[in-house]
Amino acid sequence: MTMLPYLSLAIWVPIVSGLLVLAIHRDRDVAAARWLALIGSVAGFAVTIPLYTHFAPGTAEMQFVEAKEWIPRFNVNYLLGVDGISVLLVLLNSFITVLVVWAGWIVIEKKVAQYMAAFLIMSGLLNGVFTALDGVLFYVFFEGMLIPMYLIIGIWGGPNRVYAAIKFFLYTFLGSVLMLVALIYLYSISGGSFSILEWYQLPLSLKTQVLLFVAFFFAFAVKVPMWPVHTWLPDAHVEAPTGGSVVLAAITLKVGAYGFVRFILPIVPDASRYLAGFVITLSLIAVVYIGFVALVQADMKKLIAYSSISHMGFVTLGFFLFSEMGVEGGLTQMISHGFVSAAMFLCVGVLYDRMHSRLISDYGGVANTMPTFAALAMFFAMANAGLPGTSGFVGEFMVILAAIKVNFWLGFLAATIMILGAAYTLWMYKRVWFGGVANDRVGALKDVSRREFWLLGTLVVAVLALGLYPKPFTDLMHASVTELLAHVAKSKL
Amino acid sequence: MSMQQLYLLIALSPLAGAIVVGLWGAKLGRAASHWICILGVAVSFVGSGFVLRDVLAGNAFNGDIYVWMTSGNVKFAIGFLIDPLTALMMVVVTFVSLMVHIYTVGYMADDPGYTRFFSYISLFTFSMLMLVMANNFLQLFFGWEAVGLVSYLLIGFWFTRPTAIYANLKAFLANRVGDFGFVLGIGLIVAFFGSLDYATVFGAAPKLATTVLDVGAGAPWPLLTAICIALFVGAMGKSAQVPLHVWLPDSMEGPTPISALIHAATMVTAGIFMVARMSPLFELSDTALSFVTVIGATTALFMALLGVVQNDIKRVIAYSTLSQLGYMTVALGVSAYPAAIFHLMTHAFFKALLFLGAGSVIIALHHEQDLRKMGGLRRYMPVTYATMWVGALALAGIPPFAGFFSKDAIIEAVQLSSVGGHGYAQFAVTAVVFLTALYTFRMLFLAFHGEERFGHSETAHIDDDSAKQLHEEPGHEEHAHGAAPRESPWVITVPLVLLAIPSLYSGWAYIDTVLFGNYFGGSIAIAAQHGGLATMREEWHGAVPFIEHGLLGLPFWLAAAGIATAWLLYIKRPDLPAKIQARTGALYALLINNYYIDRFNDWLLAGGFRRIGALFSDVGDRSIIDGFFVNGSARLVGATSALLRKVQSGYVYHYAFTMIIGVFALLTWWVGR
Repeated sequence: MTMLPYLSLAIWVPIVSGLLVLAIHRDRDVAAARWLALIGSVAGFAVTIPLYTHFAPGTAEMQFVEAKEWIPRFNVNYLLGVDGISVLLVLLNSFITVLVVWAGWIVIEKKVAQYMAAFLIMSGLLNGVFTALDGVLFYVFFEGMLIPMYLIIGIWGGPNRVYAAIKFFLYTFLGSVLMLVALIYLYSISGGSFSILEWYQLPLSLKTQVLLFVAFFFAFAVKVPMWPVHTWLPDAHVEAPTGGSVVLAAITLKVGAYGFVRFILPIVPDASRYLAGFVITLSLIAVVYIGFVALVQADMKKLIAYSSISHMGFVTLGFFLFSEMGVEGGLTQMISHGFVSAAMFLCVGVLYDRMHSRLISDYGGVANTMPTFAALAMFFAMANAGLPGTSGFVGEFMVILAAIKVNFWLGFLAATIMILGAAYTLWMYKRVWFGGVANDRVGALKDVSRREFWLLGTLVVAVLALGLYPKPFTDLMHASVTELLAHVAKSKL
Repeated sequence: MSMQQLYLLIALSPLAGAIVVGLWGAKLGRAASHWICILGVAVSFVGSGFVLRDVLAGNAFNGDIYVWMTSGNVKFAIGFLIDPLTALMMVVVTFVSLMVHIYTVGYMADDPGYTRFFSYISLFTFSMLMLVMANNFLQLFFGWEAVGLVSYLLIGFWFTRPTAIYANLKAFLANRVGDFGFVLGIGLIVAFFGSLDYATVFGAAPKLATTVLDVGAGAPWPLLTAICIALFVGAMGKSAQVPLHVWLPDSMEGPTPISALIHAATMVTAGIFMVARMSPLFELSDTALSFVTVIGATTALFMALLGVVQNDIKRVIAYSTLSQLGYMTVALGVSAYPAAIFHLMTHAFFKALLFLGAGSVIIALHHEQDLRKMGGLRRYMPVTYATMWVGALALAGIPPFAGFFSKDAIIEAVQLSSVGGHGYAQFAVTAVVFLTALYTFRMLFLAFHGEERFGHSETAHIDDDSAKQLHEEPGHEEHAHGAAPRESPWVITVPLVLLAIPSLYSGWAYIDTVLFGNYFGGSIAIAAQHGGLATMREEWHGAVPFIEHGLLGLPFWLAAAGIATAWLLYIKRPDLPAKIQARTGALYALLINNYYIDRFNDWLLAGGFRRIGALFSDVGDRSIIDGFFVNGSARLVGATSALLRKVQSGYVYHYAFTMIIGVFALLTWWVGR
């Protein structure tokens, strides 16, 4: 059977569509740009579906592998492949891209073509990050994806976008540079290979591993983001347009977490085990400390941003428990957070488009004037609070169970998210949606449009599907996670 | 139809009703919506009847419906365990739910959220059925949280009221504190048993009876004690045991039908059911059992005291519910699980009856809930009055009403127990008999007897406490006060009568089977050393001797004394209560303020959490991380560049001068080498 190069398609269909949108763009013909972008994003999602249907869940081998020479002089290759860990992220990214294009449909009036193109190109680059098996190729995609995100925040962002951009830059720059050094070092000691999978087999001394760990850790911890390198995220979210926040929370945060399982755990397993306590501590601080911080936020987007950090703490916690349930729980949490955070930011977007305020205190009693929206928002609030039956429960539950198995107190601290998560989410819901109509502007609100309804409705289906029947998702992971844990268990010293 | 299909039909038909009405209620209209939901629950009720008959014939079922997920060799599944305990719960839940569905047609008739309400209560019925039918801890937790969700939605049903949305948030969070413990318990089970399946866990439990859990805090904890206490913390949230009871009185903000269904008859008994279901685990830890006993006794005693001073008719019944849940918990603690479930059943009937009767009064008085503005209603509402008497006699434990049997059984079981704290528990459950009769008949006399106090001007004395409890429910037209109250329509009175019947007879009719027959079989385990119930079984000679024996016992006379006291204070000498209240100012203040627990929680927990959050946010994030490190780095870069920029001034003589210094320095170094 000859298969189409699905991974290349997943990367290049959105990028080429984005470039096409830019190329045919005329300011008068906004509709054409929108439709072309929608077609491009749907096509981009369509080409990823065979990745699921043709995926062989029984093996940990890389699948859909594509290998081409790129820069032969340095043995840099165009090497792509997915396993049970990355395939779901590609699907998630392509799915969210469709929603983002749809979400910006009539909301964005300024530079529509550029906006749509930025998201499409971003989507392709992110698929590149999740599928690249060559260190240089990964680095190119990893750095490249920052450009559209900068532009999205910088052009369509809020008033304080310069500060946010500088902050974002300061954080990511240091990390990226260190990672580049690590990649080049690995190239030199592996005898001239940039293949990530070959690096898995590379013997390394503990001292080297620790140094490599630190270099990679910086790059990825900023992206996740982990405490204490998290403070760029709330500012970036606040300044970003709705679509930007959705992609930022749903996908780009996953790049950091993905780096942990693709690079850190298998390449420097001894250092990972040696420093597991450190990572677990930071993760638990993220869960508890950030949970408290989220409680007192006055800005809805900041609150959800902090909630994201707290939930991503579960991902890194799960990974460093080194058990199947922990790693799979972390991965499930990544997918779920992709749905739920996207939905939460879309909900804020629905309100922001009408009221041009993100402050909780400007709202009150929205349920009176927007009952359908209130029902949808309640659903997502409950998903964010980790209610069983929604996707938000699955990953959290798995990680808590895995943590208790390692140490009772780890589970104890992790489980506080059940109280804190419910507290900050539902308290916000109470102040925004419940109560009497707070002011005339709330009184004049119109309920969700058909477009907004289906946008959120699609995510309801996704959240319920993962919450009520996660088996089809987790079954994909088993073989790859087992393999990953085998790497972690095997000393490279 | 196979039994398995029947189980699915029972669980799913209320869900189908909830979904259809929830999504398309507005289009379907009111009549179609309530018929769909009532039909769904009626199917469940009839089906549950068949299941009970099947179980009585000796059949049982334990099997998975589908595998939810597998991970790390642990199977997470959705499945049913149908045994006598489950079947009994199914019948009770669906019966009370059906009554409440019918009653709602009358009670919520004028409410704009009519179809939404039906959707919620059908969803609740589904969730509760999933909870009691579970064969594993995952599904138990699903149902557990789902009933909490519906409770949250229904307490906040009138979401424009500040008190309602305060109460529902409080309820959800208090329940989450309980669920936090519950999840830890489940986590320990998975960690040590490697399974979520009841049968597997119960089978392996005796082998782990001596296992200890190293928690790094000096002495290790016995594993099963830790598991049982953690699970019981979950029960304390759901079944509102001290100190997690704070949400239940406030939950009365919700419409009365759900106070009856969720916050009296079914959901709050989920914790009781859960512990009974886990009896094979609890029996292995005497420490956990005495913890359960002490918590239950404390709840029974201190909440009954609060019931005596309440002026809101629903709050009287709410505190009574707390106290009665305390009874059930004590029964669990002394290993009399069948007695707990038996009291759960009779209580479900008579407490739902009392709540729905109170709702009938509230409707007749145009949403007046203050007992001080009632009185003399017996002339206007004969059916409600008669059925409320049945409910009150059952609650007070007067033979031959249902509550007498179940309550006396618990008191006797406590007497025969030797678990830690049984002395305290014995005092509590005995003393509470008097208090129960007192507050119950105080309510009955204030509402139905004495002079008619309704219809007076609104400017009558209202203290701040009752002002808080006064509500005008939205969606109802304000009728002129002072018009004579009328008996409620048949959709309200028929459920009252149908609930009065089991409140009357279910005690003597079923005590033989449920409590002393071997009805529960293997579904409840009692260790040999906890033989109180077995002793009672040996001494059991039938319902009539039980009544004769009861008539000679202290509890009966305490109940009679309670009724007599209520009669004296509220009918014979209505001037006395105010005098007593004046004499006992401090005690009264303590009781009317719920021991100041709410204020304490608001200050310590709600306030404290926000203060911690503000500290972390302002100092941790903004000052230290952002202020010092991030912006500090930015300033450092800025300052360095500013310094370096001075070097590149663009003036040739600056560069020339720098070059000369450089050359000079190099030469010095070269020469001095």
